[in-house]
Order: sequence, then structure tokens, then C-alpha cells
Amino acid sequence: MKVKTPDAFSKGKTPRFEESAKTALADTQLRRNLGKATKTIREKRKVVVEEMPDWEALREAGRSLKERTLRHLDEYLEQLEESVTRAGGHVHWARDADEANRIITSIVKSHEAEEIVKVKSIATDETKLNEHLEREGIHAFETDLAELIIQLAGETSSHILVPAIHKNRAEIRELFVRELGAEGLSDNPPDLANAARLYLRKKFLSAKVGVSGANFAAADTGTVCVVESEGNGRMCTTLPPVLVTLMGIEKVIPSWRDFEVFMQLLPRSSTAERMNPYTSFWTGVSESGDGPREFHLVLMDNGRTDVLADEIGRQTLNCIRCSACLNVCPVYERVGGHAYNSVYPGPIGAILTPQLVGIGKPGPDSLPYASSLCGACYEVCPVKINIPQVLIHLRGKVVRKKQDTGGLKSKLDPENVAMQAVAKVFSDPERFEQAQKLARIGQWPLARNGSIHRLPGRLAGWTETRDLRAVPEQSFREWWKTNRGTN
Amino acid sequence: MVEDEPGDELMAGASGKETILWRIRHGTRDVPENERPEDVPIERGYRTAGDAGRDEIVEQFAERAAEYKAAVRRVSESELPGAISEALKRRGVEKLVIPPNLPEEWIPEDVETLRDAARPRLTNEELDASDGVLTGCALAIAQTGTIVLDAGPAQGRRALTLLPDYHLCVVREEQITGLVPEAFARLEETVRDERRAITFISGPSATSDIELNRVEGVHGPRTLEVLIAG
Repeated sequence: MKVKTPDAFSKGKTPRFEESAKTALADTQLRRNLGKATKTIREKRKVVVEEMPDWEALREAGRSLKERTLRHLDEYLEQLEESVTRAGGHVHWARDADEANRIITSIVKSHEAEEIVKVKSIATDETKLNEHLEREGIHAFETDLAELIIQLAGETSSHILVPAIHKNRAEIRELFVRELGAEGLSDNPPDLANAARLYLRKKFLSAKVGVSGANFAAADTGTVCVVESEGNGRMCTTLPPVLVTLMGIEKVIPSWRDFEVFMQLLPRSSTAERMNPYTSFWTGVSESGDGPREFHLVLMDNGRTDVLADEIGRQTLNCIRCSACLNVCPVYERVGGHAYNSVYPGPIGAILTPQLVGIGKPGPDSLPYASSLCGACYEVCPVKINIPQVLIHLRGKVVRKKQDTGGLKSKLDPENVAMQAVAKVFSDPERFEQAQKLARIGQWPLARNGSIHRLPGRLAGWTETRDLRAVPEQSFREWWKTNRGTN
Repeated sequence: MVEDEPGDELMAGASGKETILWRIRHGTRDVPENERPEDVPIERGYRTAGDAGRDEIVEQFAERAAEYKAAVRRVSESELPGAISEALKRRGVEKLVIPPNLPEEWIPEDVETLRDAARPRLTNEELDASDGVLTGCALAIAQTGTIVLDAGPAQGRRALTLLPDYHLCVVREEQITGLVPEAFARLEETVRDERRAITFISGPSATSDIELNRVEGVHGPRTLEVLIAG
């Protein structure tokens, strides 16, 4: 097995966003493919959202359903457990990723399976389930076409929805010829898809265990739902005699009826379709032998209760993983998913990742800064997560954490020192005007075309990752005095 | 781990469930003790019933299912057996999978039928080696061009409509609902009382994973044909 680069959920340290972004920006193919993908999906989404006269009402219903669920999450989870158990399923609780992986591995082992089939699940990417299984001698076959491509290539996803968007057809053909032994294959997309169909069909028919994630689970009926396009989700949740589903605890919804809201919001926001090709809903195990005879649902915390405990951050758990925020984000569109060093990229990843792994790690701590706060993500979010608000809130937490734990080094941190000096100046109007005049004189060796790329001395920390607008020739207050003012 | 989570000694004997529920209760301390879930208002201001007439609904379903690359044809009740036979011939189907309780008059005489029953059940290999499957449906949704299967009569268990490469589905006009919420309301009883699996199908299997080019058919049936009878 190839070793993947560590991300925020692996053991190792990850680079900061601005470092990874530089590498990503230099990759022209990635930028071209991403630009095309995000633009296409963005435009299609607009069309299918605008044809809905009640879109705003649906968003509000989605938001309030999530709010209700999160405020009473303990009750809903217990109800879900009861419903699934009543329907013949088994429910497991996993405090963290390790525990989730151990539970799943022991189920797989109890059926003496050496191979399993998997449908795309970000929760299992978060726990690094495949690597864990591999160490235990079990191979997990990813069955989503894009996931298969990146698994065969030993890479990681660059977009929640279209994970292999950074690869072109010639690369995929070469990969399939080499890894699947598909001789004489063309690089025509239908032929490539067919190669995957033939290869995976055998796996679907022989696998004893299937593993899936969950898009939603209704507490009142115990019905679990997987939304997909290719049919691999139906295969994994129907054919193997044993099904294991890993879901984050925030995926529970109150009742069956609430699917009517989320099944309208998700497909239009995600793939920009009125409805995705396939959606499977199952309730425990069937008495008539339709599908698996054994069903396990693993409910995983892994940092989610920490997010819940933060009253501003809590709304992050509304997320239904549609990826609409990625497609409208000017930052994501340019750097792509890899720069976020997390299974959750883009604006949602910038708020979800640092909260899940905890503030105080340099890589994830840099993510709340990966935004210009333009607010496009909030506007398209189908469950109304105020991403800019959470970003600012998290920036505050990152700074406070640095101040609290950093000791002398952080007290002398250039940005910190500069901020304290600026705070003093900004709090007094006279000092502020004096400073403006001084700055105008002082900046001439630094300013080029109205912006400053590099500040001197201790202030350099500020311009390491951003440009500064030069102080204008005349301030608004000065202009007012000359043109309108009397004093 | 939550900041003031009880220390290892206290949580040592706790199960995963106990710990997670404790963390949730601790994390939602801001929620008043006496607040019930129903106290958090849900604004259901969206449409739950359409005002379109029957003809309009049927027309919209036909249009939208076709947009998702399903081959759609409208026929009268009396034309139905002929249309089925014709579709199967055009496709070259020789071995046809038949779910339990499919109306007998739908089944052409000149195909080899693989009938699924509680016993004997068709094996996955038999299904895989078939040329196609003929089913009815539980209902359909005009707004999204979706066919809904509920593992009921004339549909059978899920594998039947998954492994064959061709799915011919008969939708009766009166089975078509207008909006998505109407469909979920109609399915509620089946799910609640009988716990049957529900499958939504909107066009054939598809992927856009390679350079965002849409390819019809990856793992499910690569061809979906719909006959609307009424």
C-alpha cells in the first residue's frame, strides 16, 4: 500500500494552508480542471435552485431541523438506536476514530472476510479506515469511480463531490492499464467507466461485507439513507450479506418526514440535479431477505461533541456535505482541495477541520484564515451555516490560544506586537491622524502602485502572507474637512 | 475530549455510549432544562402539495425522466403488453427477470423468464447473467423525474433491479405524484409498518468523475426505459 501524505486527521504534523497553497497554485492542470469543474457545477446549481419558488423556505426548514436535532442530540441518538435495534440492526458507539476502526475491523473479522467493498464515505476517510484495515490484513475496495481512481493512484481527494477532478483521462487510462490490467483500453470516458464496472462487478458479487457512510438517518423509523449516482452505493448496501455503516452523530434527523426537506436541498446543492440517480433508504434488516441479513450502525463522535459545545461553532454540524460552498469559493477555486490538508476542504473544511481536531495545531489553525470573508459560501449553504461568522470566531480562538499558551515567544510574535501597537494608536483619534500623516511619509520607499508587499522589521509578519494597501494621499476625514467641514 | 470531562478514573468503566451522551449533555448546557425538541420551531413554509392537474403532472414526469436519459414512452392500458414486447425485442432481451406479483399479461410469451420467488430465489449470478428486468413501481415523482421502488408487488427485492444491465419499468399515470414531499408522505406507512427498503431512481446510473463528462451507466443498469400507462 502506498503511504498517503498526512492530513489533519492523521497522526503527523501537517503544513500550514499558505505553504500548501503555493504548491497547488503552481499546478496548472489542477487549476484548469478545478476552474472548469467549479464553474460548471456552480452554473448548473443556479438553474435548478432558481426553478424552486420555495427554496428559501426549504433552507429555513433544513436549518431549523438541524438546530432542533443538535439541541437535543442525546434524545435523537437514543431514539435512533432504539428504532434500528427494533428493526433488527445493531448499533455501536465510537468515541473516536480509533474506536470506530476497531469496531468495524472486529465485525469484518468475525465474518472471516479478507476483502470488503466500500461506497464513498468521508467519515471513513476521516478515521483512515482503509489504512487500519490494511494493517489488519483486510483490503477495502473503493467502488466509487473517482475514489477507485485515487485509491489506485495512492492519492487523496481534491473535491468532496468529484474527488479525482485533478486527473485527466489519459492519466486515468494509464492507471487502469497498469493497475487493472485493462489491455487495449482507450481514454474515452465511457470505456474507462466500463473497465471499472467489469473490475468491480466481481468484487460486489463475492464480498461478504459492505461498508458505507450515511447521508441521513431518521430517528423515528431508524431508516438510513445513502445518496449516490453510480449504483455502487446500491451494490454495497444490498449485495453483501453483512453491511456496516459508519455515521457521524450529527447525521441523525428527527423523522422520516424530514427527508422531504433534505432530499430536496441536497441533490440541487450538490450535483446540481433535481434528484441524484440513486438514493437508498433501508430500515434495519429485511425479514423477507431483501439485502443484507446483518446490519451494523456505528455512531461516531470523534470531536463532534467539541463542536457542539461551542455555541457559535455548533451550526457547523448542520453540514450535509453538499460541497456547494466549495464551488462558489474564490479561494478554493484557485488552490483546490489538497491545500487544506484535510478530508474536509473548502470553506466548510476551513471551519470544520480545526474544530474537529482542536485549536492549537499549526496546520488546522491556519485554515480559518484561508478566506477573504466574501460570504458567497453562506449564501449558497442549503442549511444556512454562517461560515464567515464561524471563521472570524475561530480566528479569535486561534489568536487567544496562541496568547494563552505561547509564552514569551508568542508575546514577541511580530503580528501580536504590531496588533498591540496598532490598538493603542487606533483608540485615540488624534494619535490616529498623526500616525496617518507619519505613515504617508514613511511608506514612500515601500509602496508600489498603491500597495505594500513587504513591511520592514517587526511588522514583516503582517505582509508575509498578504499585501497591504498603502495609506492614501488624503484620508476621508481630511477630505471632509477641506470640502464639507466647518471645523 | 471536553475540557472538564470527568477524569479517566471516573469514565474508566463508561461505555462509548455513556461517554458520548455525557459529552452531548455537557456540550448543550446552554439549552434550558425544560426545553423539549418540539419547542424548537420548524418553519415548514415550503410546498407540500402541488396544484398542477393530472395531465400536467404526467407530462412533467415524462419530460423530466427523459431529461435524465431514461427512454420514456406514453401508452394506453391496452397498448401496454405490445409496448413491453416491442421494447424487449428492440433491446434483444432473451432472459428476462420477473419479480413476484408482476401482472401476467405484461409478460411476453417469446422470452425466457427468470422468476424470482421467496423460494427458490434467483442467485446473484443468475441475475448478473440475465439480459434485463421488467418491473412496476411504488410511485413516481413528476417534479424530479424519479421512479420509486418499495420492494412491493411487481418490484421485488432490490438486487433484481440492480444487477441486470437493462431495466424496463411500468409507471401507471395514477402512481405519479407532483412534488417530493407528497412522495415521502405516501411512503411513510410502508417504511413505518413494514420497514421495506425504498429506492429512488432518477435516470440510469451515471458518473461525472472523469473530467466532468457525464457517462450513463457505471454499476447499475446502464439503460432505463419507462412506459407510462394510462
